[in-house]
Amino acid sequence: MTQSVVVQVGQCGNQVGCRFWDLALREHAAVNKKGIYDEALSSFFRNVDTRSGDNGPDIYKGKICSLKARALLIDMEEGVVNEILQGPLRDVFDSKQLITDVSGSGNNWAVGHKIYGCQYRENIVEKLRKTAEHCDCLQCFFIIHSMGGGTGSGLGTFVLNLLEEEFPEVYRFVTSVYPSGEDDVVTSPYNSVLAMKELNEHADCVLPIENESLFEIVNKIHQMINSGKLGSTVKQNSLVTSSAGSAKTLEKPFDAMNNIVANLLLNLTSSARFEGSLNMDLNEISMNLVPFPRLHYLVSSLTPLYTLADVNVPSRRLDQMFSDAFSRDHQLIQADPKHSLYLACALLVRGNVQVSDLRRNIERLKPSLHFVSWNQEGWKTGSPSPLPANRWDGAKLFFRSYIFFV
Amino acid sequence: MSIVTVQLGQCGNQIGHELFSVLCSDIRGTHGLCSKKENESYQESCKERFFSEEQSGVPAARAVLVDMEPKVISQTLSMAARSGLWKYNSHSHFCQKQGSGNNWANGYCVHGPRHKEAIMELVQREAEKCDLLGGFVTIMSMAGGTGSGLGAFVTQCLRDAFPTSFLLNHVIWPYGTGEVIVQNYNSVLTLSHLYHSADALLVHENDVIHKICAQLMNIKQISFRDVNQVIAHQLGSVFQPTHTAGGGSGYSRNPLGDLLEPLVPHPEFRMLGLRNIPQMAESSLAFSSFSWPGLIKHLRQILIANAHMEEGIDWQVRPPQPGSSIPSTNKPLHFNTSIANLVVLRGKDVHSVDLGSFQDPSLYTSWLNPQDAFTAWKTPRAFNKYEKSAALVSNSQFLLKPLDSIVGKAWNMFASKAYLHQYTKFGIQEEDFLDCFTTLEQVISSYTNL
Repeated sequence: MTQSVVVQVGQCGNQVGCRFWDLALREHAAVNKKGIYDEALSSFFRNVDTRSGDNGPDIYKGKICSLKARALLIDMEEGVVNEILQGPLRDVFDSKQLITDVSGSGNNWAVGHKIYGCQYRENIVEKLRKTAEHCDCLQCFFIIHSMGGGTGSGLGTFVLNLLEEEFPEVYRFVTSVYPSGEDDVVTSPYNSVLAMKELNEHADCVLPIENESLFEIVNKIHQMINSGKLGSTVKQNSLVTSSAGSAKTLEKPFDAMNNIVANLLLNLTSSARFEGSLNMDLNEISMNLVPFPRLHYLVSSLTPLYTLADVNVPSRRLDQMFSDAFSRDHQLIQADPKHSLYLACALLVRGNVQVSDLRRNIERLKPSLHFVSWNQEGWKTGSPSPLPANRWDGAKLFFRSYIFFV
Repeated sequence: MSIVTVQLGQCGNQIGHELFSVLCSDIRGTHGLCSKKENESYQESCKERFFSEEQSGVPAARAVLVDMEPKVISQTLSMAARSGLWKYNSHSHFCQKQGSGNNWANGYCVHGPRHKEAIMELVQREAEKCDLLGGFVTIMSMAGGTGSGLGAFVTQCLRDAFPTSFLLNHVIWPYGTGEVIVQNYNSVLTLSHLYHSADALLVHENDVIHKICAQLMNIKQISFRDVNQVIAHQLGSVFQPTHTAGGGSGYSRNPLGDLLEPLVPHPEFRMLGLRNIPQMAESSLAFSSFSWPGLIKHLRQILIANAHMEEGIDWQVRPPQPGSSIPSTNKPLHFNTSIANLVVLRGKDVHSVDLGSFQDPSLYTSWLNPQDAFTAWKTPRAFNKYEKSAALVSNSQFLLKPLDSIVGKAWNMFASKAYLHQYTKFGIQEEDFLDCFTTLEQVISSYTNL
């Protein structure tokens, strides 16, 4: 089983990352009833014997002692990281996995990239090496950051550069949160453009996400809950935005939106962690969706956003889920799926979905989508794993790389 | 004589497991419909061919499992062990941590050479356990990275290490509408390499099996497990022990040789298709009865009209009339010309069956005598609960259209140089692609001009 390391940079990166670890723990808790440290857990967590302090040795088998996330938390101001360390997830992170400074980057890409980059370079390399050494077979680095700020954008892309130099064989998946039209940072266009250049050259795959889309999805869900149609009560736990069941009782403003991104990452890596009838690994995603080296921007969408209390999912509903995936409302970026040109498309389905359902829906949706001439049947399918019982009846994830006509 | 199976990649391992399950349940079944002596001899022969005796009494399959990631192999091993009826040898598997990422070049150029020693060591061990080695069968898919890339490399190694053994590759043709985006590249590369090393390629197409599941077996929600079970049934109907054409009372001692020698008379023509009738849901079996003339008639028309199953056959297609000297290019369209055919009959009253219709010279090419082109194996012992069943292994134009289509799509992508950087990263250059295209175009043209 391969391992992945998550590098969270900047305020946005750390907040999303925090939600990701919370959801990951819950997902594994639902599956892993006996508390044994198995291969699925080892992809994101280490099992450490903390009786001899934080420097305890890693335990590779047997009961879970103390789980530590394979993560690196970087931020140039202390507020966000401190909050994480005081929250319920404090035991999941090692003090040696943090890099913080006091004053922040002031929304300036140059400060993040050039000044803090040079200053902290040694430190970052050392911590990355340490984390990599704990991994048996490191497959991928996930970088989570925003493009509009200073640290996430500047220092985040500096780290990306570093990763390419130090670990050229390991895949670099970057989840970038792009600023929306009404962004509150004045310099965000500059920061984004400077960061884009770095992403173009050094990332293997980029998943751009727009705040506006996340916001719309959250609104849609609220409407759905509040409209309370007869006979359609939504299962609270099933919301893609929910952190229900977590230890926190107060939900903070961006939490719902961050949960969506966290879910995306979880589903993306599910094949690496659980077994299924047609596995789809991370390197397969990169192989199939990146036809040319620089065209590595993937648009993602997630369905369903919620499940109704009715547990049986008849095929009409299933087909509806597939159709939804290609609608604007379910995408995490503002783009029109029907009028754009597709280079390639990947469908990752989890849950009780069979090959025949996949085939049927592909046949059905193909005529309405424009594929590029040399890739008319550009579909990649995978069905990694059944879902744990308290989650949705079927979750789907779609990635596409396409050109959009603006 | 024993056959060693090498299961490569996720697809290969899943199918291999279903195959051994079918073989095991067939010999345990009481539906032999023949004398006890016959049944026992059949069981002995099958066991010797596919399983080795272990100290625990549970037969161990003569198989080597190879995959670049651990999940599928561990699932396969545990499913086999759970059945209690058979198992895999606990040492006969090889896996790594990180898969091939659907990248043929990764499987062939990186994983192949790196793990050659270890894999060949396992194969050697299995081969040594056999009293008499009958040959190798490899099971792989063409669309992925490990099965296709590493599979092509392993086939080459097998050919180098065992130059005089028979080597049959069982390949799975992917769904036309894409399971993997680069499947056309992977398929082209695989087929051209296999053509150089293997004795023959036995092909199963996912689309076809899917249709069989939907229309004949009446399965509503088809899973890969269903597809694999149909494939295993079809393979089993050919590989289970049979009496060969030479007659005699014993079961064939050289299964692969007897299969390959008549079917592959010329090295240019190695693609074999497999058809099997009847196929139906198990629940309907008890209510159906078959007659040999009916089955033979259907099977012949399936061959001529290039159909995939017993429903939807085009009965209008007929072979060209004998006596008129029409050159082969004027043969009626859609008619499937064969080079050689093998029919395997199993079940009641098998010796009374008349197979004259298969010996019609108009079915075959002109450069082979119909007596040599057609072989029949008849066994009174029924297979897998079917009272009568017939299988057809055919070296004919069955695979011409799918092959042409895959090469066309791959060329289309290649012309725009899409995805090439993923392959050149690992060592496959554009020239290698061009060589592969040339090989396959040659094969297509040979089959077209039959």
